[in-house]
Amino acid sequence: CRSCTRGAASMVASSRSYADFTPEATFDIKKVDLHRLEEGPPLTATLTREEGLKYYRTMQTIRRMELKADQLYKQKIIRGFCHLYDGQEACAVGIEGGITLSDHLITAYRAHGYTLTRGGTVREIMAELTGRRGGIAKGKGGSMHMYTKNFYGGNGIVGAQVPLGAGVALACKYLGNDQLCVSLYGDGAANQGQIFETYNMSSLWKLPIIFICENNQYGMGTSVERSSASTEYYKRGDYIPGLRVDGMDVLCVREATKFAADHCRSGKGPILMELQTYRYHGHSMSDPGVSYRTREEIQEVRSKSDPISMLKDRMLSNNMASIEELKEIDIAVRKEIEDAAQFATTDPEPPLDDLCSHIFANDQPFEVRGATPWTKLTSTS
Amino acid sequence: MHREAYCRRKCFMGVNDMPISSSSISGRTDSCSDWTGSFSRTSRSSHSEDRSKMASLGCFLRTGKNAVSVVLRREFSKTPPAAVQVNVRDALNQAMDEELERDERVFLLGEEVAQYDGAYKVSRGLWKKYGDKRIIDTPITEMGFAGIAVGAAFAGLRPICEFMTWNFSMQAIDQVINSAAKTYYMSAGAQPVPIVFRGPNGSSAGVAAQHSQCFAAWYGHCPGLKVVSPWNSEDARGLLKAAIRDDNPVVFLENELMYGVPFDLSEEVMQKDFVVPIGKAKVERQGTHITLVSHSRCVGFCLDAATVLAKEGVECEVVNLRTIRPLDVDTIEASVMKTGHLVTVEGGWPQYGVGAEICARVMEGPAFNYLDAPAVRVTGVDIPMPYAKILEDHSVPQIKDIIFSVKKVLNM
Repeated sequence: CRSCTRGAASMVASSRSYADFTPEATFDIKKVDLHRLEEGPPLTATLTREEGLKYYRTMQTIRRMELKADQLYKQKIIRGFCHLYDGQEACAVGIEGGITLSDHLITAYRAHGYTLTRGGTVREIMAELTGRRGGIAKGKGGSMHMYTKNFYGGNGIVGAQVPLGAGVALACKYLGNDQLCVSLYGDGAANQGQIFETYNMSSLWKLPIIFICENNQYGMGTSVERSSASTEYYKRGDYIPGLRVDGMDVLCVREATKFAADHCRSGKGPILMELQTYRYHGHSMSDPGVSYRTREEIQEVRSKSDPISMLKDRMLSNNMASIEELKEIDIAVRKEIEDAAQFATTDPEPPLDDLCSHIFANDQPFEVRGATPWTKLTSTS
Repeated sequence: MHREAYCRRKCFMGVNDMPISSSSISGRTDSCSDWTGSFSRTSRSSHSEDRSKMASLGCFLRTGKNAVSVVLRREFSKTPPAAVQVNVRDALNQAMDEELERDERVFLLGEEVAQYDGAYKVSRGLWKKYGDKRIIDTPITEMGFAGIAVGAAFAGLRPICEFMTWNFSMQAIDQVINSAAKTYYMSAGAQPVPIVFRGPNGSSAGVAAQHSQCFAAWYGHCPGLKVVSPWNSEDARGLLKAAIRDDNPVVFLENELMYGVPFDLSEEVMQKDFVVPIGKAKVERQGTHITLVSHSRCVGFCLDAATVLAKEGVECEVVNLRTIRPLDVDTIEASVMKTGHLVTVEGGWPQYGVGAEICARVMEGPAFNYLDAPAVRVTGVDIPMPYAKILEDHSVPQIKDIIFSVKKVLNM
């Protein structure tokens, strides 16, 4: 089970702050399974009040943003593909806690949470989902193609993002900037050949890349047992050291990521983390998510392992925040989401002039053939 | 592809139409070493000396009865007195060398590009000069290393990703199209992809079906890519420099059989900042009666056909596309409006090909009204490439096919 020891967690006794809250506490975290590693991340994690509130707010923002997207999709205001991240918040938030914004990250199509942790705003994410000009990709990309600084999407082709991430890591090594790249993929993608090609080259060239497999137990409708001859994804890198981590515990994820980042930055080459996590929604909005798993299973994870609840319980039982304070955060988050949704539904769609723009960078404007020979459109950079 | 066979194959490809006896084949093989090294076509000598020289011009593909006189009278292009003679391979090599020196972010990766000096020796000497960081040997994992190259471009480097031949790009085509070509658009301009994919394209000699496909039409189909197809050394040098300096994904289609062919390059062309603009075709030969539009190796065939036809009073205008995408429709239309007749010539298959696109554009534009006859295409035969020489020779467009088509279009 994924719960940590709560009531018995050790506390750092320090003088009370003005808010009468514990400024910092140390928690026992679940031991990590190791592959080709003598030592792993520490068995405890220290959380400050500020960090706790930040993680709580970010996870809650992701949660509510995804639920709002669900709503808007059912209202047909969002269309096409929509792959929701609720349940997996601890992964995105924990990873970001272990690296910095000058590091790089790339993931697949379940990317809304990462777009947020990598610097995007809820407004521009939601407006991208609704296909408006205020969207983070000006409405040109949609759910699967969102980009921010040092965040390379949002990638629709399963597995393709992994070699791309290794390329980013190669650039980090080439430029000698001490940065690394986190390259994420799911349990479904974990069997892709190009990922093994990437393991090989990353190891040969000692690229500063952290491979992360977000194992949420199902690749679309196929459970891991039905897709993978080996479900020990943290070992699939073979010669690459690996860790299997409780992906529902934001502190576990953070400590493992810090450990992995140290490994990369010390020039040892790639490392692989498997995050055991869970998605509450189906694969996408067109999948109810209950034909291949039971509602009981989903409910059990929600009640026993929800990442937001876990953090909330830790903070409350260690007097790091009050219920009211957290409720205020909830209200603020709800408001932020509402405002964003309002923007996303009222912002105008992109102008038709934009149809052919952004084909080439730094180029002269050129003519683009429209649907008929007489329709001459213009492309600008 | 073997190093030894590489040399031999080129020699075989000399003379399509002429009956080949085994003795003349071995003769050609012996003189193969002539042209792998520096090859100079200096002063005119006797007929028989020229004939033997011509025999060793393996990859020139000078065919037909008049091949010898063609060689004697040939002009590669109307450039001013040559500063130096450079073959296509060396032109590519020099272009990469100069661009590697000019910009530290440029690097080359691919199979055998470093320590082997390149499967076709295009990257000869570069690893010795620039080392492991900038010239990278990859394992045989196209999808992986093409993806890595694109990711490096995302993060601000300027990779040159070599496919040993473009046939192997099919393993990686998702990265070329979905990761490279479309990203600037999907990101609404946030993420440019300054990458060059290069390698030999199209038919070679005796390498059979899986190693002989032309990908001009496949990649030329996709928005977000620039696709170039050089013919001679000036094209190769100028277009590769332009491609490397371009902030967008460029598919660079070389031709193995052209690598060893030397051309005269003027001083201007040898300047370090010489670039051939992407998207502009070149009229290689002025003419009045008919327009021949072609790319890559077939441009040479068109010029040879033009020389033969000139003796019958037909003056062909030969347009070297240089770029497949964006297509220089203006140059094509201007030429067709002048001559009133059009024949396209390509090595690739006919269906949905480069010639098909040119004909469609001409139909849809002002040049149609100037056509005195339907435009036609000369293409590779619509079959997988066979191995046996006689079959292979009949699978690719030959000079006689061009001459035949011109005469048909002109109703001669």
